[in-house]
Amino acid sequence: MRLLAATLLLVLALTAGATAAEPRASLPDIEDEVMCVQCGTPLSLSRAAVAERERAFIRREIARGKSKQEIKDALVDRFGPSVLALPEDEGFGLAAYLVPVLAALLALVAVIVAARRWRRPARDSEARPALDPADARRLERELAAYDRERSGVDPAGSG
Amino acid sequence: MATAVAAAAVALIALLAYGVASQSKDTSIDDAVAEGERPSAPVSTLPALGRDDEGSLDDYRGEVVVLNFWASWCPPCVEELPLLERTQSRIEGQGATVLGVNYKDLPEDALGFVRRFELSFPSLRDRDGEYAESFAATAFPETFLIDRRGRIAATRRGPVTRAWLDETLPPLLAEPR
Repeated sequence: MRLLAATLLLVLALTAGATAAEPRASLPDIEDEVMCVQCGTPLSLSRAAVAERERAFIRREIARGKSKQEIKDALVDRFGPSVLALPEDEGFGLAAYLVPVLAALLALVAVIVAARRWRRPARDSEARPALDPADARRLERELAAYDRERSGVDPAGSG
Repeated sequence: MATAVAAAAVALIALLAYGVASQSKDTSIDDAVAEGERPSAPVSTLPALGRDDEGSLDDYRGEVVVLNFWASWCPPCVEELPLLERTQSRIEGQGATVLGVNYKDLPEDALGFVRRFELSFPSLRDRDGEYAESFAATAFPETFLIDRRGRIAATRRGPVTRAWLDETLPPLLAEPR
């Protein structure tokens, strides 16, 4: 008896899971994922006569209880894979897949080059030769004179 | 870095040029026919409308074919169906036929029109439009007259008229089989 109850519970749980995974198909949901076969735009954007026929077909299939995937499969059966709102994987349509990849690669190269250039000045200063001792003493003298001059001028300037 | 930017720019320009070239209309069939030539008609095996088998233009080699691209969602296509049916009745005994190519249509809808107009000529299904593309067909309906050797003898981009059929068909029908 326990085994039967456990089996029933398991079946109910699995059925509930399957129902949750596949919600009822709706026209707006499908319209975004298929094309108007003649206009070359997503079905949701088209008011052409053929688009209305496609919509009517989708409504009929929804009324017959078909799932979203079943309806998309039925559309592919009738119009071919180009009815799906995905760019073609040949000819000019291939650019839709290749251009983003190339753009990402170029952006990556640009970031790497920019990062290397950004780091280069730091390395340059490290590599700079040490100041001659005589020049260093002269620089310190001149900086000290400059500081004295500023401290003498500032109070007057601020007053 | 400058080389990479230049290469990317060249690649993008090439892509743009290819895109523009591939989208432009192919007029080679019309140009050839206008010069009096008869280019070979494209051939492709397609599913038959309303039947479980397939067919192609090659099945009609030796016959004159009035090849008509139509769709049930295209009002001018539907308007000319009765004329095409009358043409079929007129030519079918002379080694000629009308052959419909149903373009990007729901077969259920297309068959509804076949029944409504009692069309007796066969139709093939060009479900994704690739066969129409091989004829550079974009302004439906479009009609092509195919001679007995499978060559395009005349083109009609737009609805056919009785006058056009009367002018173009008889010379083809008179050619030896």
